[in-house]
Amino acid sequence: MTAVTSTSPATPPSTTGASGVSSAQRRKRRITPARIALHIVLMTAALGWLAPVLLAVYASLRPYADTAAHGYLSWPERLTFDYYIQVWQDAELPRYFFNTLIVTVPAVIIILFLASFVAYAIARVRLPGARVLLVLFTAGNLLPPQVLITPLYVLYNKLPLPWWISDSMSLYDSYLGLIAIHVAFQLGFCVFVLANYMRQIPTEITEAALVDGAGLWKRYLTVTLPLARPALAALATLEFTWIYNDFLWALVLMSSGDKLPITSALNNLRGQFFTDYNLLAAGAVLVALPTIIVFNLLQKQFIAGLTLGANKG
Amino acid sequence: MLAVLLGAALVLDLALVWGPTVASITLSFTDWNGISDLRWVGTENYQDIVSTYPPFQRAVRNNVLWLAFLALVATPLGLLFAVLLDREIRFTRFYQSAFYLPVVLSLAIVGFIAQLVYARDYGALNALLGRENNPIDWLGDPDINIWAVLGAAGWRHVGYVMILYLAGLKAVDPSLKEAAAIDGASEVQTFFRVTLPTMRPINIIVLVITVIEGLRAFDIVYAINNGRNGLELLSVLVTENIVGEASRIGFGSALAVILLVIALGFIVTYLVQILREDRR
Repeated sequence: MTAVTSTSPATPPSTTGASGVSSAQRRKRRITPARIALHIVLMTAALGWLAPVLLAVYASLRPYADTAAHGYLSWPERLTFDYYIQVWQDAELPRYFFNTLIVTVPAVIIILFLASFVAYAIARVRLPGARVLLVLFTAGNLLPPQVLITPLYVLYNKLPLPWWISDSMSLYDSYLGLIAIHVAFQLGFCVFVLANYMRQIPTEITEAALVDGAGLWKRYLTVTLPLARPALAALATLEFTWIYNDFLWALVLMSSGDKLPITSALNNLRGQFFTDYNLLAAGAVLVALPTIIVFNLLQKQFIAGLTLGANKG
Repeated sequence: MLAVLLGAALVLDLALVWGPTVASITLSFTDWNGISDLRWVGTENYQDIVSTYPPFQRAVRNNVLWLAFLALVATPLGLLFAVLLDREIRFTRFYQSAFYLPVVLSLAIVGFIAQLVYARDYGALNALLGRENNPIDWLGDPDINIWAVLGAAGWRHVGYVMILYLAGLKAVDPSLKEAAAIDGASEVQTFFRVTLPTMRPINIIVLVITVIEGLRAFDIVYAINNGRNGLELLSVLVTENIVGEASRIGFGSALAVILLVIALGFIVTYLVQILREDRR
């Protein structure tokens, strides 16, 4: 192994936490046997990690009769995109993608807006009971969701809504209800991360605004919020993935099959007596694509954002 | 405006998270089925769960296995990957993406992929092991299917832990490590005596996430076989009793409260930690 002191990325913990290693810092290194061994280990592990996903992609390209006769680990007779066409058209995938969009986009926006404000109040305003608030929100996010299921189900059925908000006439089986539980449940995590982040912003900056005579609301909007942008970006990625991938809430709080979000709808591709796993694999690949794309686009912010919640600098 | 927004967030949290939690605890002492009048039955549900409900013990055993596997196998492996990747090496972005890929997949999708790998007759694993003629029923055999599913759950957990520690390692002050090296500490010693202890906040977060994931586990077994035949979990039993046809809400709530009590032990530990950090 090479000396760790010279190879570790020499970035001191900065207040923004978003600093990466600049390419200028990279140095050419000699190829040592230890390094080759490291690459062999990592490459083997990485390919092993990718293998199940690649298997799913491969299976989705092969007709059922082919894999049924020869197994999933075999040479293909032919490759076809038929299952993708089938799952896109017959299983009406676009409709479920749209359902997910209706729930995910407003939920993420509301969560970030509310959480950033609560975090601001906890971190930057001398509020009595700020600590109690922080504990209340954080602990709420850690509860097992199953504990909430029954009372929520009853509550949702009892809360009437006019038809133009929900065609089920109640919060149950409505997009609004699904958005509400996502917001309530995820608030805690975002408040926790953002409160930690905002505490790291030097008070001199906010105090300068105070001298200028800016009100609380203005200080939040024009000073703190823009400075918290890296944390907000990271949280937006995380929350998008989590809400997109939700399975349980839609299962419990929705009943109309045609209103289900995509992740829950995928389960309905399973037949009662016969399941075509190749079709399911095609569906799974399509459903997984958005989260994979989002993560790869925002990989850097993602890691930086996680540091923020975890470290108090 | 301040009060309105703060109030809205608080009301939402109290009405949809804490209120239902308290209501669940209350319901666990009744035999409500969703329609009947509320009838107080004391601790009867809890006694029934322990004495006359066989799936409970299997579920507890599986939940404990799940926790132990994530904590003792998947988490250390994730830490190892993070340490290996936290040095300037080529292809690091590819390695990171590969290990992290399963994390962005929903657990339901992980469940489907598990079926392609583990299926008895055409699954890739039996083919890889050359057992086409004497296939192992990885998901159907109640003695081994929990291990197969743990493999899939761990596959996802490793990437999660890796990315958290990768973030944590980047924030460790390099001068600490240099000082340890000057004092003659080996790389391994430096890691366990200096780096790991300074990442204490991350260690706690990883521990809590591991525990919470272990207790919340649901989607993956539900996608495989609805959590039956060897794959029972507390979360599945709760859902089955409440959402299922039986509609034994009081009974299901009692199961949920047991889950809650286990979770609370860890949540409280975590919060004490936050508050201690906060006071500094």
